[in-house]
Formats: sequence, structure tokens, C-alpha cells
Amino acid sequence: MTRVGVVGIGHTKFGRRSDATVQELAYEAYRGALADGDVDPAIIDASVIGSVPEYHKQRSLAGVIQEYLDLNPRPTWLTEVACASGSAAIRTAWMGIRAGVHDVVAVIGCQKMTELTTAEILALMGRVGDVQWESIFGTTFPGYYAMFAQRHMHDYGTTEDQLSQVAVKNHFYGARNDNALFRKEITVEKAQASDPVASPLNVYDCCANADGAVCLILAAEPKARELSDKPVWLDGLGCATTSMSVLRRPDLTGLPSAADAANEAYKMAGITAADVKVAGVHDCFTIAEIMAYEDLGFCAKGEGGAFIADKQAYIGGSTPVNVDGGLKAKGHPIGATGTSQVYEIVRQLRGDCGERQVPDADIGLTHNVGGIGQYSFVNVLRRD
Amino acid sequence: MFNWFGKVSYCPHTKVEGFARHLKDGRVMGSKCDACGEVSFPPRADCPACRHDAFTYTEMSGQGTVVTFTRIDAAPAGFEDVTPFTVGVIDLEETGRLLAWFGETIDESDIRIGMPVQVVPRMFEESKDIKVYYTLEKPDTEWVKSNTS
Repeated sequence: MTRVGVVGIGHTKFGRRSDATVQELAYEAYRGALADGDVDPAIIDASVIGSVPEYHKQRSLAGVIQEYLDLNPRPTWLTEVACASGSAAIRTAWMGIRAGVHDVVAVIGCQKMTELTTAEILALMGRVGDVQWESIFGTTFPGYYAMFAQRHMHDYGTTEDQLSQVAVKNHFYGARNDNALFRKEITVEKAQASDPVASPLNVYDCCANADGAVCLILAAEPKARELSDKPVWLDGLGCATTSMSVLRRPDLTGLPSAADAANEAYKMAGITAADVKVAGVHDCFTIAEIMAYEDLGFCAKGEGGAFIADKQAYIGGSTPVNVDGGLKAKGHPIGATGTSQVYEIVRQLRGDCGERQVPDADIGLTHNVGGIGQYSFVNVLRRD
Repeated sequence: MFNWFGKVSYCPHTKVEGFARHLKDGRVMGSKCDACGEVSFPPRADCPACRHDAFTYTEMSGQGTVVTFTRIDAAPAGFEDVTPFTVGVIDLEETGRLLAWFGETIDESDIRIGMPVQVVPRMFEESKDIKVYYTLEKPDTEWVKSNTS
């Protein structure tokens, strides 16, 4: 089968971007990716846009982006699976290239969230639970992850200190990432003094709504080698789902879809969890990162709290995780997040991350979760 | 009539709309498949076991145990006036799970995973429209059932 390589990457600053429309954000990322890969736009066959439509006043976003990028009449379409929409765009482009339909595809993950109020976003996101039986009780996105945290603490003795330690790590690395929204280190004490959101989670356990865009240019192997001296290969892709409703899930201490997606990705790439040198995981909440350590096999089930307490997720630990700051410090423009994770892993595998560089990184992983685990996408990337 | 169910209704039309009428009468109903007898909660029109499309409502005891819970301080739009509130997921004694607010008979500091609770049907009394819901209360809490339906 055709190998698919990443040959150009571009990333906007994440944060409150009151200066730009969503297509203008997409253009910043696109311009960056063309420059990074020295790609001539004429060779791009198609684009795939990963974004969640409810946040934008513009209907049918793919069309307005395609026009603004001057890519008409080439095809484009939108992929939507909540916070994993960017990874769905990557997977769709990868499928198109593997199928031989396209040679070079521009993937753009983008989102402009801050035109809505926080209460509106909480209501909108809460409706990613089952609206018939759950949302009528005012469930929120942090509320669901809080219930996972409560159960994880009960079953495995995970502590609020360990939750905060995830935030401390991600702010530590976010302080060293120019694209991140939050660029200040924090302490466990500061994290725990922040306002409650949904017990046991407080403000510093939660990622922030943000605006931003990322562009990845993918190409089939022969073309990828022509275009790039150091392509990074998408060698293992996994994707799985879990029930929409938490009422249909026997276990509330992990995301079965993430474990399933990881197993598929590892198998396709011919690796195990121990081979992963650096990972970007979906830390929409601190408990989500702890569950990810376990679901991805970086540690045993129930040992995620000890994994962060022992600094195993730092550079120098057994599997460095979110050394770009993660969703927590970068901000989470939901459609852009999956593409932002791949952007970071490509830079790690190229050896371009400076003081955040993981030594000898040759295999990296991304883990992007839609909703409260309804959709999970895991990608394994490898350099030559 | 399913728009009776919940403080905010997102889902007015469903094949299990009778659930809301029974709840108004003080009964928490699941569905029982007319073909294979599979009981589901929440009720569903389409049997998950045999895919049959006809069912009969069956009353649940409402007894259950707490699986997990959270106190929500950051309110979503439409719930500002009742915030903070504490929601729990419970395993029902017969089958299935239910998510609801904890009610007045249980002090927030007493909530524990694994504790027994009773699901009690409620109406929003201050609402001019019919608005029904349920809360999680201490076991043996009593309420009125009517037979109007």
C-alpha cells in the first residue's frame, strides 16, 4: 500500500483571535505549510477541512476556505467528529491518497470559538452527551470528565494532586511553545486554588476555548520524497467509537474507543506502546491525560496517577507526553487540535523542537478524542 | 409530550414519548420488548437485543446505586438559576443506568460512590408548562403515584 508522508506544516498562534476570520486563520496556517515544505500550490489536488460547524456563523465552511485559499475548482469537504474533527480530516486525506484518488492533499484543522460566550459553549458542548436523557440535567463537558475523574479516584486512588501535576507539566512545556495560549508556568498550589468547575475539576484542570488553525500537506510516497528531504510518515492509523451516552458504558475510568484505536494503530505500524518516543494526547481535562496514559498502554490500568507523579510523562521519563503544552496550555480550538498534535510530532521527529526536543525521537504518536470518547483517533508517525 | 421531560427540552419528539406521561403520574418506566422480553432503561422503541419494533412500558423500582457524580459550578446556558447542582449516574437495580440531580434528602457532603439511592419523580412547580424530571433521594423516600393514565 502507498505510504503517506507529511511534507509541509503550518500553525497559527492559538488564543483569542479577534483580529481574524476563520478563513483568514486557515490562510495563515496554509501559507506556513507551503513555505515549510516549499510546496507549489498547483500540485495540491484537494483539501479536507476539519472543523465543528456549530461555532461559526458561516455555513458550509469548506467552501469559503477553498475560495480564500484560491484552490477552486479543486475538491474540498468538511469532516466533523466533535473535538477530533481535525484527525478525521487527516484520516480522510490519508484514505484518499491510499486509494489513489489524490496525490497531494492539504488538510486544514481550524476553529473560531470565541465569538460565543463561555455559557453558550458549555451548553453546546454538554449536548455532546445524549440530549434525550442527559443534557436536560444541565450536563457539561467538564461535568462528564469530572465524573470519570471521580470514579478513577475511587477505583485507583488517583489524587487531586496528581490531576494538578498534569496541568503543571503542560504549562511548563507551554511556556516554551510560541504558539501556545498560556505561556506561564504554574504550581500545584496555584492550580488547586483556582475556581471550581465540576468537582473534582477546577479551572486549571480544564483546557481553554480558543481560535486557531493548522495546515498539514500530505503526499503519496514517491511525490513525498521528491518534495521533502525529511518526510514524516503516517504509518499507523487507528479509529474507533464508543457509545454516545455514558449510560451505555460499563467502565467510566477510561475511553474504550481510545484503547481500540491505539491497538489498531500499533498493529498497522508494527510497533508497541514501548516504541513510542513522544506523544501528543488529548488532555482536554487533566483526568483525560491520565486516562490516555492507560488507554494507550504507556502504563498499566490504574497507574496513570503514579505515571505523572513519577514524572514519566516529562522529557527524560519513559514516554514524554504533550511536550508542546497540550490542549491545556496551547488552548483547544477544537477542529484544529488533532492537526496541531501532528504538527508537533512532525517537528519532534524532524528534530526541530529546540529546548523541548525529545532526544532520538524516531516514532511519535497522536491521540485525539471527539466528545467524551465517542470518537478516538490514534496516529503513529515515523521518520526515515 | 416528551417536551415535558427536563428543565430544558432538546428532544420533543420520540417513539418513547409515553415515558413523560408516566413520569407525570409518578412512575419511572423502562421498555420491555414484545418479542424477546429484553428490558431497557432508558426505554427504547427498538430492541437492542433482537431489533423488534414493538414494546410495552414496564415500571422500574427506581432503586439504584451511585456509579459516579459531580457538582457542577460552571453552568451551561439555561441552567444558571439552579447552579450549582450535583448530578449522579446510578446503576438501576433491574437494569440500565440513569443520570439525574441529587435531591434535598441527600446532603452533598454525604454523597459516595456505591451508596444506595431512590429515583423520585418530580414536577417543576413554578413552571406554567408541565415540566417533569426526577431526582436521586434517600432510600425509602415516598411520593404520590396517580392512576390518571
